[in-house]
Amino acid sequence: MRIALFITCVNDLAFPATGIAVTRILRRLGHTVDFPADQTCCGQMHANTGYRAEAMPMVRNYVDVFDSYDAIVAPSGSCTAMIRDQYPHLHPPATSVAARTYELSELLVDVLGVTDVGAEFRETVTYHPTCHGLRMLRLGDRPLTLLRQVRGIKLVELGDAEECCGFGGTFALKNPDVSTAMLTDKCARVRDTGARVLAAADNSCLAHIGGGLDRHRSGVRAVHYAEILAETGATS
Amino acid sequence: MSRPVAPATGSGRIRTPLPFPTAAKPAVADTQLRANLHRATRTIRAKRARVVDEVPDWEALRDAGAAIKADVQRRLPELLEQFEASATAAGATVHWARDAAEACRIVVALTQAAGADEVVKVKSMATQEIELNEALEAAGIAAYETDLAELIVQLGDDTPSHILVPAIHYNRAQIREIFQRRMADAPADLSDEPAALAEAARAHLRRRFLSARVAVSGANFAVADTGTLVVVESEGNGRMCLTLPETLISVVGVEKLLPTFTDLEVFLQLLPRSSTGERMNPYTSMWTGVTPGDGPQDVHVVLVDNGRSAVLADPVGRPALSCIRCSACLNVCPVYERAGGHAYGSVYPGPIGAILSPQLTGVADNASLPYASTLCGACYDVCPVKINIPEILVHLRQQAPHPPAERAAMRVLSWVMRSPRRWAAALRLARVGAGPLGAYRERRTGARTLRRLPWPASAWTRSRDLPLPAPQTFREWWGKQ
Amino acid sequence: MVGEAVSARDEILARLRTALADSPPPVQVPRGYRRVDDRPDLIATLVDRLEDYKAVVHHGIDALPRLLSEVGRLAVPTDVPADWLAGYAGELHRDSPPLSPAALDDLDAVLTGCAVVVADTGTIILDAGPAQGRRALTLVPDRHICVVRTDQVVGLLPEALTRLDPRAPLTWISGPSATSDIELNRVEGVHGPRRLEVVLIDSGA
Ligand code: SF4
Repeated sequence: MRIALFITCVNDLAFPATGIAVTRILRRLGHTVDFPADQTCCGQMHANTGYRAEAMPMVRNYVDVFDSYDAIVAPSGSCTAMIRDQYPHLHPPATSVAARTYELSELLVDVLGVTDVGAEFRETVTYHPTCHGLRMLRLGDRPLTLLRQVRGIKLVELGDAEECCGFGGTFALKNPDVSTAMLTDKCARVRDTGARVLAAADNSCLAHIGGGLDRHRSGVRAVHYAEILAETGATS
Repeated sequence: MSRPVAPATGSGRIRTPLPFPTAAKPAVADTQLRANLHRATRTIRAKRARVVDEVPDWEALRDAGAAIKADVQRRLPELLEQFEASATAAGATVHWARDAAEACRIVVALTQAAGADEVVKVKSMATQEIELNEALEAAGIAAYETDLAELIVQLGDDTPSHILVPAIHYNRAQIREIFQRRMADAPADLSDEPAALAEAARAHLRRRFLSARVAVSGANFAVADTGTLVVVESEGNGRMCLTLPETLISVVGVEKLLPTFTDLEVFLQLLPRSSTGERMNPYTSMWTGVTPGDGPQDVHVVLVDNGRSAVLADPVGRPALSCIRCSACLNVCPVYERAGGHAYGSVYPGPIGAILSPQLTGVADNASLPYASTLCGACYDVCPVKINIPEILVHLRQQAPHPPAERAAMRVLSWVMRSPRRWAAALRLARVGAGPLGAYRERRTGARTLRRLPWPASAWTRSRDLPLPAPQTFREWWGKQ
Repeated sequence: MVGEAVSARDEILARLRTALADSPPPVQVPRGYRRVDDRPDLIATLVDRLEDYKAVVHHGIDALPRLLSEVGRLAVPTDVPADWLAGYAGELHRDSPPLSPAALDDLDAVLTGCAVVVADTGTIILDAGPAQGRRALTLVPDRHICVVRTDQVVGLLPEALTRLDPRAPLTWISGPSATSDIELNRVEGVHGPRRLEVVLIDSGA
């Protein structure tokens, strides 16, 4: 199976560790992965902010870059949801490649049939299901299924887990007061758990929650769950 | 042969006087309001979830509800004519109103013709929308709201902040305070127990019900094949208004139609469980024209367009007309919970308001509302008629007038991102450019983040640190292998 | 005539027709929901629902005399079955000629039958048919005593609708009047009857 990595623009620039983690997990499981260098951005920010015309070149570029792969994996619930939910309407030729695009946990659990990726991570972790993963992709407990198999991990439940963190892309900038109020509540629930690590499937939400946690010097680290799955306990 | 007539936008209380972020600011800062909304929305969420979970065919009911409403929209002109014919045959008089002002004129004229200088009102979104109380008052007619929450809002000189519970923003202590201040016949020792407050409202309105000559209502449903109107309520104020006065005037949006009486079997299961979280609301009244010797003998229906034709004209936004005003989407909305209903500036708050108000007025007149959402999708999950609110929000954002600076930035970004070569160069540039700063912050604080930035980035950094580009981008790492 | 004012009716219908210029395709309504209840004991469900709404349930016609003995002034529809009133010694007010709202407000209770009852939701439906009278009768008095025969009970709401005539004035009652307007908590007792008592009688008996 030819698997391509769609790393997403934000991860490429600001969170390379997540892409590196996805690469390591898949290689550890014996798969060859490719990173087509011509990839850019899925166009979600443009499309969801009201600039669909400006998003279209990115949509077409995605099809050009990825159409020849059997499976495309993205470590982002919201980018995957953009591709799978919106692409077929925006650009019908994208329908087939959109259907072959998976969020990491979907690729692992549904396509590759793996729940134990051989990870070890000795920390207390709480998991926030991001909205697009939860309600658009219906990831269900796939990410948690994967995390539960991690050796040494202590998973603690997050209160009001299914409530949005208040990021919402440009929402955070356009509605800073409401966004901050939602963030404050989410950070409080995270701190209530006593976990030292907050995991989620989207680095954009994590930058928002993590940024809030850092601001309050909470000592909780926000990481993409792929980075936990990549850990083997060996000193790297 | 009729000439084509363009659909028209509406008027009334459906426009935001202030942009949503500005209007939300004081609400977010009001800790009492936040606490009231938090408590009330959590209560109702849990109740709704419990009674929905016990229905094994809930999804089938939602599918049927959505399809019936789509069918209504598709056949709206013919169903309206059918409704008019059946209601008229049953003894009702049907009126048509193009907009809010015309609807108000009709109700005022009918009230005057009945020789009344006061009306009792059943809670109705349509009459709020057309600002009927103000129009009646201008004509020297007193309008008495009889729904408990509407009464609270009216006595408090306030406006509703929720579709179902217009006074959701008040807690019991605040309600007692309003009653003591504004209700002349409130007992001196009124407690803030909900039962005591309800008792005070009962005593206050009793005489008015028994002597009212004209009542004004809305309708939850209007059945085309029989001409039946349906009002769903809890307190019995609806039954009082719909039964005791001689004249009954019902103001009904044209989208409220259902094709057949049988279709009620779907909606009367969906609505109560979604709205108050009950298996069934205490009272539902259905009437078809006039019944000799039973109830009002002078029955009027005012069918109102007021922007609904404009909503219908947009195939993507059209499903907003399926809304049955259950308010489930408000109750689960994290933005509504923090901002409250008044921030939406329209009688329709929350997620449904964020799509319906801009469509009724034209997006340019309510441009901030489609952005009053994180697109988290909680509204779509609970909507009993499966309105894909996030999809319509994104659709309306395409039509919204964009701020010039934002437009320029988005265009530049798109120009960069559409080209793999330019994007790779931009990534390199951002990484290199931010490199020294990132290294400096990392030495100082142990993290590659920024704490304070000038506007517009300050909208981010006032409550969160901002991550800087990593020392090496992913593609650089990949290239080195 | 040139410049003749178009009626609001014609203009609205014309607007709506223009709005549908895209000719949306016909819709097939999927009716996969339950239309018949297969619960074994409908009556037990009904009692559970009624009590959940804080209605009081009595069993058997024999419960009536004791109930009515507490009622000083009782309103009844003109066609109330005579055996329901057996032994009633209080003031009886038949709704003929029709009692005024003020007169009804002075009475202590009203006794009626009903048309159909939905077990699943605990809903009593009145259609102004036999032993029910007009709508005001069951609205103004503060206590409603309603006799329900077991053959009037159906499982689900769709089953009830098929038994009703849409042209009749219909009142669906699920418990005493209530409000959730204060902090979204339900409290019983507002404008409608504050007490609802149901007397269940076995129609097979
Ligand atoms: S949009 Fe849906 S959930 Fe919201 S009020 Fe309307 S019917 Fe209810």
